[in-house]
Amino acid sequence: MGAHNGLRGRGAGKQGFFVVLLLLAVLGYGAWRVGLEAGLDQADFTFANGAEPTSLDPTQTTGAPEGRLMRAIFEGLCVLDPKTLAPLPGMAERWEISADELTYTFHLRSGARWTNGDEVVAADFKAGFARLLDPREAAEYAYLLYCVRGAREYATNVDDSGAALRGFDTVGIRTPDARTLVVELERPVPWFLYLAAYPPLAPLNQRALDEMRAQFPNTWRIERLRPENLVTNGPWRVVERRVNDRIRLARHDQYWDRDNVAFETIDVLASEHLSTNLNLYLTGAVGFVNEVPAGVVPRLAGRADWNPTPYLATYFYRVNVTRPPLDDARVRRALALAIDRRALTSKITRAGEPPLYSWVPSAITPVTGYVPPALRTTTEDPVADYARDVAEAQRLLREAGYGPGARALRRIEIHYNTQSTNRDIAEVVARDWKLHLGLDVKLTNQEKKVALDTQRRLDYDISRSTWIADYPDPASFLEVLTQASANNRTGFADARYDALLAEALTARGAERKRLYAEAEARLLELLPIIPLFGFTTTSLVDPRLAGFHPNNLDIHFPKFWRWNADGERR
Amino acid sequence: MIRFLLRRAGWFAVTLFCVVTLSFAMMRAVRGGPFDSERALSPAIEANLKARYHLDWPLWKQYAAYVGPLELGEQRAAWLGGDGTRVFGGVLAGDFGPSFRYRDTTVNDILAQSLPISLALGGVALAFALVLGLAAGLVSAQYPRSSLDTLVRTTATIGIAVPNFVIAGFLVILFAFLVPLFPVAGYGSWEHMVLPGCALGLPFAAYIARLTRAGMLDALSFDWIRTARAKGVPPRTILLRHALRAGIVPVVSYLGPATAGILTGSLVIERIFAIPGTGSHFVNSALNRDYTLAMGVTILYTTLVCGLNVLVDVLYTWLDPRVALEEEG
Amino acid sequence: MGALLRWKLDAPAVTPERGAALGAEAWRRLRRNRVAWWSLMFLALVGLTSLLAPLLPLPSPAALELSAEPTPPAGPWTSIGNHGFQREYWPLSSVDERLVDARVALFGDWQTGPWLGTDSKGRDLLSRIVWGSRTSIAVALLAMLTSLVIGVTWGAFAGFVGGRTDRVMMRIVDVLYSLPFIFIVIFLITILQGWKDLLETRLGLNREAVFYLSIGAVYWLTMARVVRGQVLSLRHAEFVDAARQMGASTARILFVHIVPNVFGIIIVYLTLSIPSVMLFESFLTFLGLGIEAPRVSWGLLAVDGADTIHPLGIDWWLLVWPAVAMGTTLLALNILGDGLRDALDPKSALAAKGAAQT
Repeated sequence: MGAHNGLRGRGAGKQGFFVVLLLLAVLGYGAWRVGLEAGLDQADFTFANGAEPTSLDPTQTTGAPEGRLMRAIFEGLCVLDPKTLAPLPGMAERWEISADELTYTFHLRSGARWTNGDEVVAADFKAGFARLLDPREAAEYAYLLYCVRGAREYATNVDDSGAALRGFDTVGIRTPDARTLVVELERPVPWFLYLAAYPPLAPLNQRALDEMRAQFPNTWRIERLRPENLVTNGPWRVVERRVNDRIRLARHDQYWDRDNVAFETIDVLASEHLSTNLNLYLTGAVGFVNEVPAGVVPRLAGRADWNPTPYLATYFYRVNVTRPPLDDARVRRALALAIDRRALTSKITRAGEPPLYSWVPSAITPVTGYVPPALRTTTEDPVADYARDVAEAQRLLREAGYGPGARALRRIEIHYNTQSTNRDIAEVVARDWKLHLGLDVKLTNQEKKVALDTQRRLDYDISRSTWIADYPDPASFLEVLTQASANNRTGFADARYDALLAEALTARGAERKRLYAEAEARLLELLPIIPLFGFTTTSLVDPRLAGFHPNNLDIHFPKFWRWNADGERR
Repeated sequence: MIRFLLRRAGWFAVTLFCVVTLSFAMMRAVRGGPFDSERALSPAIEANLKARYHLDWPLWKQYAAYVGPLELGEQRAAWLGGDGTRVFGGVLAGDFGPSFRYRDTTVNDILAQSLPISLALGGVALAFALVLGLAAGLVSAQYPRSSLDTLVRTTATIGIAVPNFVIAGFLVILFAFLVPLFPVAGYGSWEHMVLPGCALGLPFAAYIARLTRAGMLDALSFDWIRTARAKGVPPRTILLRHALRAGIVPVVSYLGPATAGILTGSLVIERIFAIPGTGSHFVNSALNRDYTLAMGVTILYTTLVCGLNVLVDVLYTWLDPRVALEEEG
Repeated sequence: MGALLRWKLDAPAVTPERGAALGAEAWRRLRRNRVAWWSLMFLALVGLTSLLAPLLPLPSPAALELSAEPTPPAGPWTSIGNHGFQREYWPLSSVDERLVDARVALFGDWQTGPWLGTDSKGRDLLSRIVWGSRTSIAVALLAMLTSLVIGVTWGAFAGFVGGRTDRVMMRIVDVLYSLPFIFIVIFLITILQGWKDLLETRLGLNREAVFYLSIGAVYWLTMARVVRGQVLSLRHAEFVDAARQMGASTARILFVHIVPNVFGIIIVYLTLSIPSVMLFESFLTFLGLGIEAPRVSWGLLAVDGADTIHPLGIDWWLLVWPAVAMGTTLLALNILGDGLRDALDPKSALAAKGAAQT
């Protein structure tokens, strides 16, 4: 490239000028064209949804951004009341639950239609559930339906090619007629109606899928999810999708409750940069933003649109119980007690997160009535409580044979994944441990995927994690730490704990809650995890948006959204 | 000329082969896989998911399948679902495969959708850089060593010395909040392109201003300019009609590398302004272990760089016939 | 920035007849270039400050004041200092520990006031900028050193041996050039993170070192090209022929006779690429791949500052001061680089006239 040094001649300049002008013209034209194509008229409502959805196939997704989108384009058997979270009729008009809580009979409404004009029938739900459970479809959320009779056996017994060994007729899902769906459960599942409102349990239009399969034998999996081919049954349908930009939704004209759907069009923006989303919200470009940067939280206090609400998610540290000295429950307990959780939530996260002394977050109580036990007693005086905890922690360490005059604890490493809040929290935890227990703590930042891999191989001391409930029940948390669970990743294995949970599976009512409380108490004694705090939502919602209520599941059904009577659009 | 192009095409093929091989090896050397998440998959599901994308194959076979449309015997479960009547096409067939992260789309779809947007953004940035840079350089050269000149040069150098996300931040505060002229972020109309285009183009404008100024001052000392001046041609005419022609040459030769720089530099800008271009895929695909998308963007980048280099070399010969097309740099 | 720099070095007429050694002559010319000279002085000051950071009576850059809100700058005239020094740092080298000892002996618990303001965790911004300069300078220098070693060896060897070897070696450089640069660094960083055990326990490298090396590992390409070009022109110089006739080995000729002669251009290259390495560091930090807490770098400060840009109350000082620190230093490096190039190659300086001072 060094050949142009001598270019000072008189003739060269003219062409140079020409090149520049030509380039400008081409660029200008290109930019103009792209700008034209990009032009969509403004939607009635726009919200910032976080990451780009992994898929528009309800059986293939697990994340929160996907959930918000799915609830707009699909509708399950029920929906949840935006305020009370009580199950309301969706595709099912009414339902009956047998006295033993094992049989659910759903009666589908007539006149509910798919976007291709087909009527929504019971077989569509059966097809959807079958697809969710089919091992060849590899749906991550298949286990949600394992409570159905025969479902687990169907989904987990596979031949060499990965196909199910049993027929789907072994699963307890029946359609006596076109409008009746009967689901037989293996054991009582108090949260089953919540599941019925959950996107992975959406119905499936088998006809549309078969057509796509015939038309695109090799690429149907992708083709059928393109906006022009996607058949949905919810309040909206997808009309346009641009990866990493937006998904444009338009009202589904044959939706059964169409008259109560306020917005003609909705734009679901995909943008992961939190400051950008905040700026979009502050300029009125979006009416709802699901998360704000941690740094601005203190400045939001007192705003009408800022209502942080605890939901079912725990911020915790995993402890590798296979590694000395962390194999000693006393050491783990000392570590758990020495953390000043109030400092974390009041000075770092600052969105009103409840400090957690239990594995199941306290936000569960209003939803299910379950009161989690705590790893320490709490009185009116938090300062004295913490002082007592610290003294207890020091005593435990001495008892375990560490500390002044005894063995010194080796250096403990905390792994956290890249994010400034995680870093700040780890810094404070490290400081507490250093200050009160004399520990030498090292902080290591790991990229998310590497961190997960490290956890799986039990190649860590302490590793940061989050657990968000799949369904509103203590089991969603407690099952994580059974020996058989792939999500355990702490090396923790306790026969008694597993037995208690197994027993709770078939128990009902108060007995069930008691067993769970006992199991959790056992867990908090052995502490393979150190709970730090429960999450709160950090969303900002336009105060003029009605039908949107902060709730303990952070689940929102867009079908209830509308502008206040007096709320003019900006 | 044709021989030159053929030779370059040959080198391009070799380069591309190395790039594909190297990036394939690098992707697989990184720990963690595309389907790892906080919720662990059950073994049966994970096996099926891996089988769908052929991740259960030995590496050499995955590589072979990625590169070319090969018949791979019995096991022909298709990449994109389906019944295995066709194996994934492979790079040689222009098929980059399905994305692992964006499971409803193929890498081809993603690139086809995002590349024009990145190019448009790059175009705005480049146009901005050229207009501003040339104008500033011109003013600067017209009044060398004046306070205006100093101002232009200082601004230009700051443009080079400050990270572009800082520049973007200042622009957002100034033109989206204090004086709300443009939208803060997003994509959809020409207004959305203005701020990101400026933030992206500013460092390049600064450099073009410096180049123009130096080139013009250089040109003004040439004999033929002096002759023109002696003949009584007005200074303005000299500057615009004669000196600028010569002064612009180094700018033209800078356009090649500038375009490549703008294309990769857009990564940060696209993120700040929520522009759905290719930039974000450079980083995210690697972090998500989206093997096919990561390799797709790498191949795209390599192709662009090689293409631009050839274009620049051809332009040189056209600009100055004395430069022969020499394949040995 | 990479492409810009590449061009900058490839294009200008830095083709002296004989190797441009940084001789007394060039030094004199540099001193005559007022702006470049002052830039050099400024950089020396920055370097000295960052080297002696532990000795200065600055507040701790790491001590957290949790509930604090960011406070705006209060110039030295309002609060010259206070007695609140806490000795809290990340693990320091033994030399730095000594320096901190000396600081405590000299100033006790006296520390400067929040002259440039504090951040959202109550940490003093001035102190963080000064300590951040250490990381940024270290990144730049170590990455450059890595690129120097690989690039000079590669380029000098290719240029000196010539022929087919040269062609193959330079083609490899070409291929690497056309890989997306960011991509490689991201990969190196994530791959190396996965191999932490090997690197940390066996080789004794920490994450920072890995970070520096990764950047260096991609920056050597231009260096190799530049050096090769120079060596190519020197290959048949009289003094090289003389050495060859006296029976010197290839390596000896290369490193004793040729490399010192291309040292000038190497210095120029280094000065000009340090700014781009520093910008690159900030860029990686923006993407979440940068330096690890509680350490601090200019890139981290700039990213933290950029995060405060929203109309809910702009903590301008968190963006402005890091940007100023970074801007002036990079500016000075650019000016110095241009000045050095002109000093080494008076012909181009003469031709470009006033441009040299920019």
